[in-house]
Amino acid sequence: MRNGASYVLNQFRQGDADAYEALFRQHQRAVYGWILRIVRNPATAEELTVETFWRIHRAHSRFEPERGFEGWARRIATRVALDWLRTSRAERELSMEACAEVAAPVEADPAVRAEIRRKTALAFGRLPLKLRIAATLAVIEEQPQKEVAAALGISVVAVKLRVFRALRLLRKDLQEQGITP
Amino acid sequence: MNEHVEERMKKLLRQALPPMNSDAGPGRDLWPDVLRRLDVNLAAKSGASFSHGWAWFDGVLAVGIVALVAIFPAAIPMFLYYF
Repeated sequence: MRNGASYVLNQFRQGDADAYEALFRQHQRAVYGWILRIVRNPATAEELTVETFWRIHRAHSRFEPERGFEGWARRIATRVALDWLRTSRAERELSMEACAEVAAPVEADPAVRAEIRRKTALAFGRLPLKLRIAATLAVIEEQPQKEVAAALGISVVAVKLRVFRALRLLRKDLQEQGITP
Repeated sequence: MNEHVEERMKKLLRQALPPMNSDAGPGRDLWPDVLRRLDVNLAAKSGASFSHGWAWFDGVLAVGIVALVAIFPAAIPMFLYYF
């Protein structure tokens, strides 16, 4: 008996437009959410979701249905977001600063002052991209390390290592600014 | 950096940059944008290969005709007849 989901995946691989639209409808929210976690800007996340689905369309013949669509789409989305972060450094730093300014969550510890939050966000923005992405997804967004590893194309151990290095560098940066976390 | 400090750093980071509300989904339907993107790229791709192919073909044809006319001037009336 033919499975409906695998039929759509196989049809997509062969370039079927209806299957492509069905997969877009099914996964656009997840892809958008994943990108939003990385770029932290809704308008940019929308733009990059479109770019991701364009790349997905372009790569349809290389898609392997047996490995599933979600993980594959997430890997492409991660690459798209990374490309964007590499090429729009100024914009990213601005958004980090904006995040720090607006990021005064009600549940936040009142002892952590706004200035420390701002400096932490800026210091975080100065970290090497690959460390920052791992820490963003694994620490800030609390995504499962296995998923983070798959999206970045690295092992779970490498994710842990990157997170550790990111936190260590962040702490060092803050200490140099006279902040002892 | 011990485990305690690591946990404190994680907490500080989450307070500085809280998680994004990624469950809401995009603010609009992105399908029309995807279709537009597909159209633009396919048009650009086909346009580029078309103009590139003709530029190359035109060049070779022009060189060929000039060479032919230089070697066989008697062919000029034939070309004039056909063009």
